[in-house]
Amino acid sequence: MSLVFEQVSARFGRTEVLHEVSLEVPDGSIVGLVGESGSGKSTLARTAVGLVPVSGGRILVDGVPAGRRSGARSEARSGVQMVFQDPYSSLDPRMSIGESIAEAIAGRPSRGERTSEVARLLDLVHLDPGRAGQRPGSLSGGQRQRVALARALAGRPTVLIADEITSALDASVQGAVLNLVREMQRELGLSMLFISHNLAVVRYVADTVAVMSEGRIVEHGPAADVLERPTHDYTRTLLAAVPGGAPHPLTKETR
Amino acid sequence: MASATAAAGARPRRGLVPGAGGRWTRFALRRGGRLLVSLFVLVTAAFLMIHLVPGDPVRAALGTTAPTELVEARRAELGLDDPLPVQYLHYLGGLLHGDLGESIQTQLPVGETIAQRLGATVSLGLLAFALALLIAVPLGVAVAVATRRGRRQRTSLGFASGSVVIGSIPDFLIGVILVAVFAVGLGWLPVAGREDGAASYVLPVLALAIGPAAMLARIVRVEMTSVLESDYVRTARAKRLPARRIHLVHALPNAVTATLTLGGMLLASMVAGTVLVENVFAWPGLGSKIVESIVTKDYPVVQGTVLVYGGIVLLVNTLVDLLLALLDPRSTIGEA
Amino acid sequence: MRALRTPVGAVGATLLGLVLLVAVLAPLILGDRATAVDTDDLLAGPSAEHWFGTDNLGRDLFLRTVVATRLSITLALAATGIAVLAGLLLGSLPWLLGPRLGRPVTALVNILVAFPGLLLVLCLATVFGVGARGAVLAIGFAGAPTFARLCQTLIAGVGSRDYVAAARIAGVGRVRILLRHVLPNIGEPLIVNATIAAGGALLAFAGLSFLGLGVQAPAYDWGRLMQDGLAGIYVHPLAALAPGIAVVIAGLAFNLTGEAIAGALGVTPAVGPRAWSVPVRTAAPEMPAPAEETVLDVRDLAVSFPGPSAPATPVRGVSFSLRAGESVGIVGESGSGKSLTALAIAQLVEEPGHVAGGVTFCGTHLQDGGDHDDLLGTSMAVVFQDPMTSLNPAMRVGPQLAEVSRFHQGLGRREALARAVDRLRAVRLRDPERAAHAYPFELSGGMRQRAMIGMGLMGTPRLIIADEPTTALDVTVQKQVLALLATVRREHGTAILLISHDVSVIGEVCDRVLVMYAGRIVEEVAAADLRDGARHPYTRALVAAVPSMTTPLDEPLATIPGQPVDPAAVPPGCAYAARCPLATDQCLTEEPVLVDGVACWRAGEPLPSELEKEARV
Repeated sequence: MSLVFEQVSARFGRTEVLHEVSLEVPDGSIVGLVGESGSGKSTLARTAVGLVPVSGGRILVDGVPAGRRSGARSEARSGVQMVFQDPYSSLDPRMSIGESIAEAIAGRPSRGERTSEVARLLDLVHLDPGRAGQRPGSLSGGQRQRVALARALAGRPTVLIADEITSALDASVQGAVLNLVREMQRELGLSMLFISHNLAVVRYVADTVAVMSEGRIVEHGPAADVLERPTHDYTRTLLAAVPGGAPHPLTKETR
Repeated sequence: MASATAAAGARPRRGLVPGAGGRWTRFALRRGGRLLVSLFVLVTAAFLMIHLVPGDPVRAALGTTAPTELVEARRAELGLDDPLPVQYLHYLGGLLHGDLGESIQTQLPVGETIAQRLGATVSLGLLAFALALLIAVPLGVAVAVATRRGRRQRTSLGFASGSVVIGSIPDFLIGVILVAVFAVGLGWLPVAGREDGAASYVLPVLALAIGPAAMLARIVRVEMTSVLESDYVRTARAKRLPARRIHLVHALPNAVTATLTLGGMLLASMVAGTVLVENVFAWPGLGSKIVESIVTKDYPVVQGTVLVYGGIVLLVNTLVDLLLALLDPRSTIGEA
Repeated sequence: MRALRTPVGAVGATLLGLVLLVAVLAPLILGDRATAVDTDDLLAGPSAEHWFGTDNLGRDLFLRTVVATRLSITLALAATGIAVLAGLLLGSLPWLLGPRLGRPVTALVNILVAFPGLLLVLCLATVFGVGARGAVLAIGFAGAPTFARLCQTLIAGVGSRDYVAAARIAGVGRVRILLRHVLPNIGEPLIVNATIAAGGALLAFAGLSFLGLGVQAPAYDWGRLMQDGLAGIYVHPLAALAPGIAVVIAGLAFNLTGEAIAGALGVTPAVGPRAWSVPVRTAAPEMPAPAEETVLDVRDLAVSFPGPSAPATPVRGVSFSLRAGESVGIVGESGSGKSLTALAIAQLVEEPGHVAGGVTFCGTHLQDGGDHDDLLGTSMAVVFQDPMTSLNPAMRVGPQLAEVSRFHQGLGRREALARAVDRLRAVRLRDPERAAHAYPFELSGGMRQRAMIGMGLMGTPRLIIADEPTTALDVTVQKQVLALLATVRREHGTAILLISHDVSVIGEVCDRVLVMYAGRIVEEVAAADLRDGARHPYTRALVAAVPSMTTPLDEPLATIPGQPVDPAAVPPGCAYAARCPLATDQCLTEEPVLVDGVACWRAGEPLPSELEKEARV
């Protein structure tokens, strides 16, 4: 139940945006991935689900290499699912939320199985299963992110990738989604790659933290170590920039 | 999302982008390349057109009563008996020397016929294009400013329905109406032809310009309205600049950029309009020639005329793009 | 359908219905009479018997025009059908083939689109031969590139949405995604364009038949009738004009219907929190004279917008003031009215938004009807959220700064530009000369935001209003921009009004914090006390919901149940009562006012979650 990036490279046109990135998401743990825009963290996530082709290295899911080409069906079933940033773009506006979730259910379930599985998943993310017939239009941003989470879980993923899932949400709603993420991990033993630009959010959910800059992982270790005793200069810069102050003494100098 | 990441990666993170001038040159080269490809497609399509005609084009052109020897002779003259690749090479070779072939009907060189008539069509088209711009841009801007954020609902409705109505009238019908009123009814202007100098231009130019002007004014208004809602216009308001400056210096150039992108299409529709309008006014241009040639199945003339029309449109589109790139440097990066 | 309720839609739909009805019925009822030859009455003018006169065989032109409806409409619809189908196929190919194989298809379509439609029609008419069938094929295929381009654009738009990515991850094939997710979501614009294209095809047919390249005798459509009539235009113009008018009416029917549907589908509400520009002036209320050093004094500020049923009031009576050099933050969630408050203070709320209440800036009542452009232009600066869109993309950066001085301080072009470069240096842009000469897109986000602040420094600002100035920026850049604001404040004594959703950003920069909920200030608290000294239950929940670098990891984050208040239907009593764990009957009926820095009947009482925590400890 793990996701391993082995020296993964990726390029857009002539620009290499990932340089031999190696990272492991071990079974049952949440790995936080932080970095600024353009650092390549979203691209790394997209290589794992085949939305971006890799130009070098390989990705192992449970020790089995995921296909190198994008969009291959085999790879889709390899057990990596993803939740996206924008709650308004991640659900098909013309499909009921039940249908959206059902589409992602693995295998070929019967109609009855499908209905009960959708109900179970909605219940899991604390939404009323009676709302399965509703369109996304009648849901708030936070509720949409719950549906997106339920859809990702429907594929019974080995590993879940969460790409900035709270950055488009209001503060009060963000708290509820973060609580849900922690609850999922506790109760389902989910492995997760949790991507965010917000260090406080990552600190709250992640067991280990990887810091990415310009297509490379510059530091990776237990969350407490990386965030309180950073070894890399870039990590220090990031921590120093957190508004409101970080526990690390470095931040005092910035005031 | 992937493209967003790519854009973010490509965006200059530190320091300025070097060499703004080089970027325009690269853009011009790319556009030039595209023009060449397009011209090649045009030439090939024009060449193939004659071969797609079902049956024997020469027989079709000369009629079923024409003696077989004459048909054979014409076929040989036109080189239609050679294998297709050979014909194609001959055709391309001829084009490079400005040779567009000979008319099946009159046996006159096509190039000469076109040269005689090109001036009449181009002058008509350019005048109408200029007139359409002169009407549409100020009108569209004025309506957009007057009706922004839901003001003056009546003006807005009047402009919208007026422009739709005018846009729904075909050019040639406008021509017919203009003739009926100003030439036949009032007798102010000549009915047809090009012999009366400036006076003979008035009605054809109007007939050609009014429809596209209505269409363009709508586009300008829509673009201007959305530009007036943009963040940078809000910034300009926050600077407390005079309204004139906000509208003319901050909003208009951005609206026109977006409008000109569609301007190529406008020009294309005006070229098509010349064909119809020339027929209404018996205008001695390419438009009346191409229709005549299609009816008489004079394929080499049709071929040559299509090439000239198509070439003009492609060339003007390219020029518009290059001009835009000078006015608004952003447009050079959109398609890399 | 909503589209039909607009006047344009109603007219269009009625016309279209009539045209279709005539197309179906006219040939059945009038077909024979329209072909009846009357040799006694050739080329007659309009009369009681023949409304539009007769043609060269004495046939009634009115009847012929009416009967021609069916053929004209059928041909137009057939050609539109071909155009849409061929365009859809061609337009879907790049999606089905993937980026590498799809690129040549896209390039080909781009080339084809550039050719004038009528020219393609003429080429194809040459190939297919003169006649109705050839004309249908010609007009149909000539319309295909436009539709192909439209489909490509629409499909690419939907294809980049995250739900399509999610379906791909879930292993749904490309064809199935196209059918299930993409096509249903591009259907509406496609139908709208097809309707408008049908109008276009109608005109094209009329043109082609008019040129003698379309319908051939004895069949007749409107174009054919016009061509026949043109010969006699000197004698009676109606023969040529009548079928022309029929073309226009039918074309209008299609166009208006299409436009109306498009309008109804693409409705973007003209009102909303992002409303700005020309201020609406109302009589200033009686205002107490503000204290000497007060830069900004806001009294009972309210902003409302007309709504479909009742007016919405996103800002409902906000009062506060700023002293010189003071830094005050407004914090709140989306929909709290914080950004609109900022715009109203900056006199940038535009019609139909209505601003009530009074704003006094540097001792001047801004709503007294006078011209305050020079005062506001030089003394009040506004920095907006998105530096990517807030600078004019078609203008170099330097002149954008310089125009402030040219219009408000009377500097010449050269002096103003020199000052712009100087100001860009003051906001620590590296190489300010070059930045002044650059277009905005050549600068990074952080550099643009510096340039925006520099723009504010062209005058001598007493107040900078910064609306989410760092939300679009990376944390390291955010830190630099916030530091720059602090420097400006220190060096120029400028007051700062910072609007943010981010409690920690506000805490870092501000002396004092105003917390907004549902258009009102619910609490006013010193920034230092925000985390531990807040008394309003909303403020406390908001602070507790956001994880910081010191949040304990073993407890769940606080959450706020329920939904924010709809500004068109604000309940009586406290707007937060429905979500508040402390709410009593009084809270539901009586609205608390801001007293002693807090607007709450139960301010400072412990929340249930806090009691729990204590119990556990």
